[in-house]
Amino acid sequence: MPTDRDDYEQLRKAVRSLCARYPEEYWRKLDRDRAYPEDFVQELTEAGFLGALIPEEYGGGGLGMGEACAILEEINRSGANAAACHAQMYTMGTLLRHGSEEQKRRWLPGIAEGRLRLQAFAVTEPDAGSDTTRISTRARRVDGGYRISGKKIFISRVEHSDLMILLARTTPLEEVEKKTRGLSAFLVDLREAGDAIRVRPVDTMMNHATTELFIDDLEVPEENLIGEEGRGFHHILSGMNAERILLASESVGDAYYFVDRATRYAGERIVFDRPIGKNQGVQFPIARAYVQARAAAAVRDEAVALYDAQEPCGPEANMCKLLASEAAWEAANAALDTFGGYGFAEEYGIERKFREARLYVVAPVSNNMVLSYVGQHVLGMPRSF
Amino acid sequence: MNILVCVKRVPDTETRVRIAEDGQSIDPSGVKYVVSPYDEFAVEAALRTKEALGEGEVAVVSLGGEDSQETLRSGLAMGADRGVLLKGEVTMDGLATAKTLAAHVEEEGPDLVLLGVKAVDDDQQQVGPMLATLLGRPCVTGVAEFEMKDGTAVCRREVEGGVEVVEVDLPAVITVTKGPFEPRYASLKGIMAAKRKPLDTKEVEVPASSLEVKALEPPPEKAEGRIVGEGPDAVPELVRLLREEAKVL
Repeated sequence: MPTDRDDYEQLRKAVRSLCARYPEEYWRKLDRDRAYPEDFVQELTEAGFLGALIPEEYGGGGLGMGEACAILEEINRSGANAAACHAQMYTMGTLLRHGSEEQKRRWLPGIAEGRLRLQAFAVTEPDAGSDTTRISTRARRVDGGYRISGKKIFISRVEHSDLMILLARTTPLEEVEKKTRGLSAFLVDLREAGDAIRVRPVDTMMNHATTELFIDDLEVPEENLIGEEGRGFHHILSGMNAERILLASESVGDAYYFVDRATRYAGERIVFDRPIGKNQGVQFPIARAYVQARAAAAVRDEAVALYDAQEPCGPEANMCKLLASEAAWEAANAALDTFGGYGFAEEYGIERKFREARLYVVAPVSNNMVLSYVGQHVLGMPRSF
Repeated sequence: MNILVCVKRVPDTETRVRIAEDGQSIDPSGVKYVVSPYDEFAVEAALRTKEALGEGEVAVVSLGGEDSQETLRSGLAMGADRGVLLKGEVTMDGLATAKTLAAHVEEEGPDLVLLGVKAVDDDQQQVGPMLATLLGRPCVTGVAEFEMKDGTAVCRREVEGGVEVVEVDLPAVITVTKGPFEPRYASLKGIMAAKRKPLDTKEVEVPASSLEVKALEPPPEKAEGRIVGEGPDAVPELVRLLREEAKVL
């Protein structure tokens, strides 16, 4: 495997060493039992990796997006699945960039230490997917805070979080001048929510701990409103760019995982007295996937540089997410073809990663939505909606 | 107690090594470098000793070029307190390396010097014992595990078929092999802290090498396997071949 140029080798090595303690059997068993990688997430948090983006003054690593990306990329490249805990990194961004000093002092040190898990981000609703401004979950002002009711879907890791960021309408859509106004972001303490939030797991094709939420008269104190009332949509946007860049890194990691595995197997597996990797029909798809992964990583690095400079990075964040998820998917197919029947056998791990990698073509935003964003907002073509 | 651990930068054990065109060195292109794994065991042993005693200092030292700073940073990220780069050329001559290290040890005067039992690049196993000899210190080699007891180090050596327990007075030199403990990985805090730990560079004169590498050759390609038959019928022929051709029986 050629070496990839970057400055984070030591960080990557540390993450690899940690992940090596959680081999394929660990993930296979979790996948079979649909269980949460509690030990893995705990160790990752205690070693400080998930707090990388939290400033040092709040007990975090004080690192930039580049380091955070290297961490998640390396987790997925090692065969593990960062989806179990990646939100701890980007969800916190909303709090970090828009929370008050008091909120930051109250929550961030616990998150950095691993005492508190903030890894649920409740935006999507059954009747409002990508069309976020149409969400109907409503927050009404009451004495000392807000009372919230509504429904959310595909909200991941709620059962493994202490805190959740929730987007709700504080002013009805009909009453706002711009549809992006009137939404507010709240930090919900799930430990205190009691019966006001009912959680129903959604079984999916992989082990992803995603759920549907029924919110009924949830009381949220005034001090848990993040940023300004009515500006919640804008407050979560920067978190969404972070999410795209970080998830793109996981896809880059997935792509490298498949390329690493397929390359090794193609060199070892002998059919007709020669390694199957000698056949260009086997070799080229793997090579192509590698090229695509490198290209995705390059655009990801562009997005990282802009994000860390606090410059607008919407186009780059979206484009790298599309490129990386497609590279991972291409690599997944190349690996499955290379492994043949063995790729379908659970013990090789390929089929599990194959299912996991597919998610990012669709989530957190569908690649078609990325194209529509690029078409309309980057290229200025006529709007289709 | 002050412990000095000598670490070496070597090609990653997972790197496929190619011989360079001169036939006397390895082609460095595309090669990743790591801390020699036995030296990592030594760093781990040093850190555990310091933790058990609740006091003392662990320093890491490396002879090599600027690149060896990276090797030292790995040790610092694991938890060592400071690093020293002895900037000079590493040769095949273990004695030259040992002399250079000895001069530095004399200067620092640590209670204990730890090294990996060997560097995984040249596998010579020379530097530890030579260093001890030059310093006039006792040396225990191939130690899997040790603990401090009343100012001595009680070392467990895994010898063929059993364990040998050796007690050695300090100051001493111990070479470490794979023991019961995996080297710790660096935590994020460790990596961040390592950037702020002192790392000094000292120009050193390495004695000229009295050894010269004449040639490197790759190991012979594995010969193709032979099937001598199937089932119990194949046994006599297999035994004959093992006895007469392979001469292993």
